[in-house]
Amino acid sequence: MNLAVRDIRYHRGRFILTSVGLGLLLGVVMSMGGIYRGLFADALSISHATRADLWVVQQETSGPFAAISRIPEDIRYRIAAVPGVAEASPLSFQTVQIERRGKPFRFFLVGYDLNGFGGPPTIIAGRGIRQKHYEMVVAQGMKMGLGEKIRLGLHDYTVVGITGKMVSSSGDPAAYVGLADAQEIQFKSNNDAIRNQRERIAARLAGLPTLSPPQTKLLRQNITALTESTHTVNTVVARLAPGANLQEVQERIGRWNHFRAISDGEQTEILTKGMIEKARMQLGLFRIILLVISAVIISLIIYTSTIDKIRTIATLKLIGARNRVIVGLILQQSLLMGVIAYAIGYGVISLTYDRFPRRVELVASDLQSLFVIVIGICTVSSFVGIRKALKVEPAEALGG
Amino acid sequence: MYAVEVERLTKIYGHGETAVTAIADASLQVKPGELVAILGPSGSGKTTLLTSIGLINEPTRGRVILDGTTIADDGWRKGLDLKRVRREKIGFIFQAHNLIPFLTALENVMVALEINGMARREARARATELLEALNLGHRLETYPAFLSGGEAQRVAIARALANRPKVILADEPTAALDTENGKNVMALLKKLAVEHRSAILVVTHDHRMVEGFDRIFDVRDGRIMGER
Repeated sequence: MNLAVRDIRYHRGRFILTSVGLGLLLGVVMSMGGIYRGLFADALSISHATRADLWVVQQETSGPFAAISRIPEDIRYRIAAVPGVAEASPLSFQTVQIERRGKPFRFFLVGYDLNGFGGPPTIIAGRGIRQKHYEMVVAQGMKMGLGEKIRLGLHDYTVVGITGKMVSSSGDPAAYVGLADAQEIQFKSNNDAIRNQRERIAARLAGLPTLSPPQTKLLRQNITALTESTHTVNTVVARLAPGANLQEVQERIGRWNHFRAISDGEQTEILTKGMIEKARMQLGLFRIILLVISAVIISLIIYTSTIDKIRTIATLKLIGARNRVIVGLILQQSLLMGVIAYAIGYGVISLTYDRFPRRVELVASDLQSLFVIVIGICTVSSFVGIRKALKVEPAEALGG
Repeated sequence: MYAVEVERLTKIYGHGETAVTAIADASLQVKPGELVAILGPSGSGKTTLLTSIGLINEPTRGRVILDGTTIADDGWRKGLDLKRVRREKIGFIFQAHNLIPFLTALENVMVALEINGMARREARARATELLEALNLGHRLETYPAFLSGGEAQRVAIARALANRPKVILADEPTAALDTENGKNVMALLKKLAVEHRSAILVVTHDHRMVEGFDRIFDVRDGRIMGER
């Protein structure tokens, strides 16, 4: 006769409530693990989707995600000419926050060369960008429909396609536009600002007595062209030809002294170790704290339940029950509670994980490890009750 | 052969100046099928005598023999499996029935049999038979919380009898019952002692409940003062 199951059957209300409570706690632990994994996935989603071997950025920066990097767009041709590079493509990144339907609407805008790479990895609805201007592909997380328009900078952009779960390292959903559009949105000032800037340059040049009027005019035209140029990008990504030596290509680009060539592996490390390390540690600490809390709660529940059963245990001992019967009663209850709570936690998180504002990635190995940990905690926690139970004297069954 | 033999049993709690003698030089013998009362006021040592016979309290001195097996001879006999002897030779009935609250009446009897190694099907059949014999056939699936005091005590008696022990030790079995139920329980014990050939030792302080006992041992201040 399984006494643990009989006890649970008799006290099923209390047991279910306790298991649900514990299950919700374990659900939080699972979600923490999922958020932790989600941070990685988010941080690397654009980087991995780009499938670049090299990220060429401004020298002495860790751009384009972890630090600001600005390089001329035309550097793409020099990089494409480096021996070992198969193709190079410029990319522009910026975080945009606008007001949409009366609420702040934040997303990560990627500008890419329509003839290059680095654009949306998959199109799950609609089509890719075909026109050079004013079309965009948005991630699912933007919650925009095909044909919907959005005003960015000086123009309206139409959603022509939907891509998957693409987000920035901070979890903002991604949107893709053509490079020229992205540059314009990022660098082009409005007309008032342009007029002001031109006046300021003219005033500065007018103060130089050594320049003749034609020289001043020519100089003004050149300075204006430079300051109003939008042909800047945040990075140029490159793919290597088969058999090319990554390190050699990196060194060759680095020797120009104006650029840093970051390998994809280094970029991954910058994103995971640098940008999300503290968040990762924070979540890790939370998980440990929650597991400790779970252990304390299970111990208390088992201990209290053992105290409730002192007379029963004494009676069992008096009628000759072996210690394993008593140990089984407590240990099996503890394990059953852990297994049921785990199942409840898993059920809750499975039903809700895609409703979290940030990505929650439930990884089978994480869940399996957690299951083993929960079983371990239940076993260890039951020791408190078992210790108490084994100390109970059969004589305690006597008396009124 | 006696079912219970106690020779000069002494139990002392504590040491030195704080030592308290609970039972001193107690001797008695009980035959199979005998119903014996150990009568005495609170604190007289009667429960200590019962628990020493029941392998719960280790005697300080003296000898206890159950069904021909020496279990104590100036302390527990070395190498003796106390739990096994309790399982096989002794049945206990308590003041409060001490039924396991999360087991039904049937399961409360079955558990004693299964603990003693009996297969579930056989245990169920034996437990059902016992409970039906005690007029509890209609309460097999009832939890103790829903049994009356008399019914619960009868289930406890069935549990005590389940393994057909040679000795049944009852500690104030009627204390929680009204007079009528108390008398019914005592009559039942008398009947069972004869039917099962078990020696039944009942500890009580209630003089009203001693009718029908084969013998009565009066205990006072830790000593057996006499036998009626």
